[in-house]
Amino acid sequence: MIPPSFDYHAPDNLEEASRLLLANPEAKLLAGGHSLIPMMRFRLAEPAALVDLRKIPGLSGIREEGGSLCIGAMTRESELEKSDLVQSRYPLLADTTRVIADPVVRNLATVGGNVAHADPGNDHPATMLAYGASFVASGPSGQRTIAASDFFTGPFSTCLEDGEILTEIRVPEAGPGSGGAYQKFERKVGDYAVAAVAVQVQLDGGRIAGAGVALTNVGLTAIQAGAAEAALVGSDGGDAALDAAAQAAAAAADPTDDHRGSADYKRAVVRVLTHRAASSALARAREAS
Amino acid sequence: MSSHQISVTINGEEHTREVEARLLLVHFIREEVGLTGTHIGCDTTSCGACTVLLNGVPAKSCTVFAVAADGAEVTTVEGLGNGGLHPVQQGFTEKHGLQCGFCTPGMMLTSKALLEENPDPSEEEIRWGISGNLCRCTGYVNIVKAVQRASELMKENSDG
Ligand SMILES: Cc1cc2nc3c(=O)[nH]c(=O)nc-3n(C[C@H](O)[C@H](O)[C@H](O)COP(=O)(O)OP(=O)(O)OC[C@H]3O[C@@H](n4cnc5c(N)ncnc54)[C@H](O)[C@@H]3O)c2cc1C
Ligand code: FES
Ligand code: FES
Repeated sequence: MIPPSFDYHAPDNLEEASRLLLANPEAKLLAGGHSLIPMMRFRLAEPAALVDLRKIPGLSGIREEGGSLCIGAMTRESELEKSDLVQSRYPLLADTTRVIADPVVRNLATVGGNVAHADPGNDHPATMLAYGASFVASGPSGQRTIAASDFFTGPFSTCLEDGEILTEIRVPEAGPGSGGAYQKFERKVGDYAVAAVAVQVQLDGGRIAGAGVALTNVGLTAIQAGAAEAALVGSDGGDAALDAAAQAAAAAADPTDDHRGSADYKRAVVRVLTHRAASSALARAREAS
Repeated sequence: MSSHQISVTINGEEHTREVEARLLLVHFIREEVGLTGTHIGCDTTSCGACTVLLNGVPAKSCTVFAVAADGAEVTTVEGLGNGGLHPVQQGFTEKHGLQCGFCTPGMMLTSKALLEENPDPSEEEIRWGISGNLCRCTGYVNIVKAVQRASELMKENSDG
């Protein structure tokens, strides 16, 4: 299918990109295009103009700086997969990237696009919630930093304002005793999740001092499961705590019946995956102690 | 609706055309340039039949606008052998890595990039590497053997 007609712009700086977005209320940004172009082909999106980010320098790359792992919005999923830094120190992120779509899609799909698209089926939103990540946006009134917990406002909706562009994702720098894991259940390689769970923990002297738990594709947005986090924090990470967290995560899920399964089934999947993700996160955190 | 003059180098030859912004790279390759070895197997970016190397990296050309490939280097199956057969093509021939052949161009381009990055992949790594390319004839066993054979041939070539 051929996408509908649009005007194409490829500015070489952020100010111009913002200006183009403001001047064309029906315009959309184009990053890797691997969510937007399929939607355009099905006429689920008919933007009057596209503003391509590909020529704007400085939007891709992975580095640790100022207490954060900073990921440029235009960084491709395959770059995370190949990054020694991500693979060795950020296991939750490494797990997540590996199960997004397929290897050819990951060569073009961007991390910023995955977050900004805010499809409840996208995998990075839950991971970023579990990490307690923040997002840097640049717009007509300058730059601001948004907590992941404030970012996702509904299916395919974020708190980004007109003319604002996501430029960077900041994940708290990995320290001793931290670890995480992403567990995704999918029908086949490349599919969106039936359900998936992200868990990040921080150990302090054998006890869990901090925990992030978030769920993919079992609600209108990625869901941060606060009660599951509370069940882990302060515990020694034993089976009782993991069971309590798994029950709490299943209760926080708000799935619907669809072709990927019934709501009850998906809640059961969340329970099992939370247990698995938490025990793998703990094992990794102990290794990193 | 905007149209743009673009230049895309395909298999070493530069092609300059005036295109509508909404033209997909796969249609540019097949219909504007006339290289029909790049196939179209779906509307959902799922099958990988349209895979080409975009600046050396496997990409689904049905999900790239041709304007966004302005200035890029593209390799299609027609550019793989450079006159003879590329080791990957040789491997697919010897090991019967194709049945109907529909997925084969994309499969071979993904395999070429895989082998350049990882000259000696395990069976697991090959299966993982080609997981974005679907074979509707489900001939994966021989496709894996073909990639293993190509790996041997590429090593022999670089030794010799
Ligand atoms: C076959 C297939 C399977 C897939 N499976 C999965 C999967 O399992 N899990 C998963 O998470 N994803 C999956 N995806 C989606 C893929 O990861 C997308 O590429 C990703 O969601 C969007 O990234 P993109 O760079 O392609 O963004 P685009 O498609 O270019 O953009 C998506 C949206 O985000 C906006 N946007 C992009 N960048 C920015 C920015 N910097 N600032 C503000 N807004 C921006 C765009 O305007 C657009 O509305 C799949 C895609 C395909 C084709
Ligand atoms: S034609 Fe199926 S992925 Fe491009
Ligand atoms: S050989 Fe027929 S689709 Fe793969």
